[in-house]
Amino acid sequence: MSRPEDILPPDLFYDDAESRKYTTSSRIRNIQADMTNRALALLDLEHPSLILDLGCGSGLSGEILSDVSAEEGGPHTWVGMDISASMLGQALERDTDGDMLLADIGQGVPFRAGTFDAAISISAIQWLCNAETSDVSPEGRLKRFFDGLYASLKRGGKAVCQFYPKNTQQRNLISQAAIKAGFGAGILEDDPETKNVKYYLVLSVGGGDVTGAVR
Amino acid sequence: MKLLTLNFLTCARKTCKSTAAAFPLHPKEAELEQVEMELNPLFVKNMLPRLDWEAMKTLATELGLPNLPAETPVAEELANESGEPTQTLRDLHTLLMETAIASGKLVCGNCGHEYAVKEGIANFLLPSHMV
Ligand SMILES: [Zn+2]
Repeated sequence: MSRPEDILPPDLFYDDAESRKYTTSSRIRNIQADMTNRALALLDLEHPSLILDLGCGSGLSGEILSDVSAEEGGPHTWVGMDISASMLGQALERDTDGDMLLADIGQGVPFRAGTFDAAISISAIQWLCNAETSDVSPEGRLKRFFDGLYASLKRGGKAVCQFYPKNTQQRNLISQAAIKAGFGAGILEDDPETKNVKYYLVLSVGGGDVTGAVR
Repeated sequence: MKLLTLNFLTCARKTCKSTAAAFPLHPKEAELEQVEMELNPLFVKNMLPRLDWEAMKTLATELGLPNLPAETPVAEELANESGEPTQTLRDLHTLLMETAIASGKLVCGNCGHEYAVKEGIANFLLPSHMV
């Protein structure tokens, strides 16, 4: 199966038809929900929180954040960023609760310092490794993204980014960029060495490898 | 876009990042809407210390909303002795969570760039020469 990242930039790949397909496919919805719930468990939030959703798409993850019960520390409020207007259009149609920005996370994270309790990202940050024009590089985009994310999280804040690295080199490029921005970082692998392997980049504002804290 | 979010949003341009004038963004030709949200007292309490109240007051004035109290409300004002939500909490909830910009522009006070807002979504995509 070809990777969408290798076909087109995300704003072009996720046109209206593709966005609808992504949002209505029950298989994709289930996988997305599983990964969002896993990310939430890793964040381990105790209070209703303000969460940044990077590459929020049509708000499938956001709905889960809005629906966390009071017993489980919710409900949370979220702000999403996505580069695809079609995906955000799907979120509007489904009347999700979060605010959304049409934005390229590779251009930075436009919030003042210490805004968010936490951040999540599902299946998005590998797109940062696509440099579409001669004046931007994957390294430059990753730096803008992680520097911005680091600043926008409050001290003690955490971020969990599930992503699909193309290869070991890309995986290392991404985690090194996070560490350079100041994050304590670790990569967690679910179902390692199977075709369903899932990678979660677990980040904390405060330093140190944080996968040890992951259960 | 909720007024809560506007209390945290800055200009996206690198050259504006560290300048005080790039926050808050200033609404222009803004159409407001009221969106009903369930009251979440713990969330409001969590956000209170993070609000920039001066920016909140500026925003309220620029949008033609009633004047806000001079100082940020404190957590003790959110619930009465029996733990019931107070009017202060309800007012904050209405202001932050239920008042939203449906359309218009958000203008950076430093570089003058205008971010368009349509159907509540602000367009923060920058052409590459402005990144
Ligand atoms: Zn600016």
